Amino acid sequence: MAIRERLSGNEAVANAMRQINPDVVAAFPITPSTEIPQYFSQFVANGKVDTVFVPVESEHSAMSACIGSQASGARTMTATSSCGLALMYEMLYVAASCRLPIIMSAVNRALSGPININNDHSDSMGARDSGWIQLYAETNQEAYDNFIQAVRIGEHADVRLPVMACQDGFITSHAVENIELIEDEKVKAFVGQYKPENYMLNPERPMAVGPYDTVNYYMEHKRQQAQGMINAKQVIMDVAAEFKAMTGREYGMIETYRLDDAEAAIVCIGSSAGTAKVTVDKLRAEGKKVGLLKIRVFRPFPTEEISKALTHVKAVAVMDKAEGFSAQGGPLGADVRAALYNDPFKAKIVNYIYGLGGRDVTVTSLEQVYNEMLEIAETGIVGETYRYLSVRE
Amino acid sequence: MAYNFKEEMSKPERLMGGHRMCAGCGGPVAARGVLRALDPADKAVIGCATGCMEVSTFMYPYTAWKDSFIHSAFENAGATVSGAQAAYESLKKQGKVDETYKFIAFGGDGGTYDIGFQSLSGAMERGHDMVYVCYDNEAYMNTGIQRASSTPKFADTTTSPAGSVIPGKQQIKKDLTAVIAAHHIPYVAQTTFIGNFKDLHEKAHRAIYTPGAAFMNILAPCPRGWRYPTENLMEMCKLAVETCVWPLFEVEDGIKWTLNYKPKNKLPVEDYLRPQGRFKHMFAKGNEWMIEEFQKEVDRKWESLLKKCEE
Repeated sequence: MAIRERLSGNEAVANAMRQINPDVVAAFPITPSTEIPQYFSQFVANGKVDTVFVPVESEHSAMSACIGSQASGARTMTATSSCGLALMYEMLYVAASCRLPIIMSAVNRALSGPININNDHSDSMGARDSGWIQLYAETNQEAYDNFIQAVRIGEHADVRLPVMACQDGFITSHAVENIELIEDEKVKAFVGQYKPENYMLNPERPMAVGPYDTVNYYMEHKRQQAQGMINAKQVIMDVAAEFKAMTGREYGMIETYRLDDAEAAIVCIGSSAGTAKVTVDKLRAEGKKVGLLKIRVFRPFPTEEISKALTHVKAVAVMDKAEGFSAQGGPLGADVRAALYNDPFKAKIVNYIYGLGGRDVTVTSLEQVYNEMLEIAETGIVGETYRYLSVRE
Repeated sequence: MAYNFKEEMSKPERLMGGHRMCAGCGGPVAARGVLRALDPADKAVIGCATGCMEVSTFMYPYTAWKDSFIHSAFENAGATVSGAQAAYESLKKQGKVDETYKFIAFGGDGGTYDIGFQSLSGAMERGHDMVYVCYDNEAYMNTGIQRASSTPKFADTTTSPAGSVIPGKQQIKKDLTAVIAAHHIPYVAQTTFIGNFKDLHEKAHRAIYTPGAAFMNILAPCPRGWRYPTENLMEMCKLAVETCVWPLFEVEDGIKWTLNYKPKNKLPVEDYLRPQGRFKHMFAKGNEWMIEEFQKEVDRKWESLLKKCEE
């Protein structure tokens, strides 16, 4: 029987980590992800896991130690946020290019400056081209479920890429919600043992990692790495199917909510999807045809799924919790526009920047977005395509 | 077991020939010298900071290293190898690895004294059972001889050029060996290539087989950066030691300092500086004060070391 609990998102992820029992965890504290290594080091101190915990002196060293460890043949994990993730950037690319399936709990927080500890997606969006798979959670339950699935996705022979399992700082990381934990032995059976084909501590076959790669080889290696990301999609779907068989909980690349006959839609990532669902219900009760498309997997990007799901929608608001400073919108806006470019119906698109540095996302504010989209749907006039929500100007 | 030069030199090399380091470079001499201290039955994971040694010994698809090897970036050899060591500790404890592995990180002075300093300090403080070896050639040689905190005062480098107003580097060399000794880790040693390599070999053996973190600082001259004839590697090392510019010593647990060699006749620093093009301007007429100042600095450090070693 699954275990009913009330846990914060951080506690839920720390418990997933305990159940997975990784060989090594290397981490450095940073708000709001600090609790994960904190809870986890208590599991280590109480002998609940076999893990060696490496309390490194920085996030750069956390990712470096993860690389050394995973390359040695050890299942390795970490957790971080914001500037901590930014300090890792250089090493994120190395982890991905070495095809090391390190699992990271990324608890999303605004990047400095100015310094701000609250939620937005500027940290992980900045790492979107680093070669990591990115999964985003709406709820504590999803943060937990995604973290467990991440292990299977990253380690799959067709993928071999690191995975960032993201959740929204404070909103899910610290808020306590009802959650259903899977039994320890079921999680262990689901993730299995880490059995890499090549690793440094293989006495039969030593391995050299991280070569100087000349013009003759670098591009081929990047092409292979790209294939891992292309292959990831099928693996994500397969792992989700297995996960559903175990738990009954369904996951895909995206999730849609009352979208089938919608004329206006919001596309968003993370916890705001919960607020959007409430908003949709409210507006539907008023007879307004609105729906939601939630991005669960941002890398690899679900182009076909988005294009298919939005094909009938007249006006789409793409919500970015990160500025791209391109003077035309954020990263999700750019990718969704690209996904719809070849769609013959091409919905009108407005890209909203919202929720930066923890700016509250309310039903009222999303209602405004839907109403603006319904107006576009009705009039066909788009107006400004790059808008800010809930900002004093 | 007494040191036997011939026996040691006939051991199979763990860093093979065919790599692309320059003729006369001290780097691979240091690496081979350290690896020779490994028990041939023991396996090893070698890590390397980005630098000459990394790009010259592991150019895809070839590696000159017989052991497992990892390079990840410039500033993190300490952290990377500490991660590998943590993996070993975990897998060994769980019975997933039977063999004995040793963990050795190599970094040039740029990757050790400067950009990799924090990562090194962290790895040493955490007490990983590993050895960090710095092959110190006193500048960023891989990028073309730029000054580092390891570069001696007055040295002419491409970012501390000896100009008509500023005569080379203006700051003294960082005493990294003492800084790492201040971490009070089990073993710290400073050495270079002297005589039959007994000093380097014994220190490497001790560093590798003392449980916990150990650090070795090896002066490894770079004929291109120092501008002396390629064949004079051993001569340069000998002069560094005989002038007390690079004393040979070791420190146990941060408190027990031992001087391993005391020159009978301490040579003047000119003998060490003169053969090197990087110090050429110090010998121009009117620059005698530079040599005097250099000598004073060497004397000051030497006296302080003698005190620490209770000599």
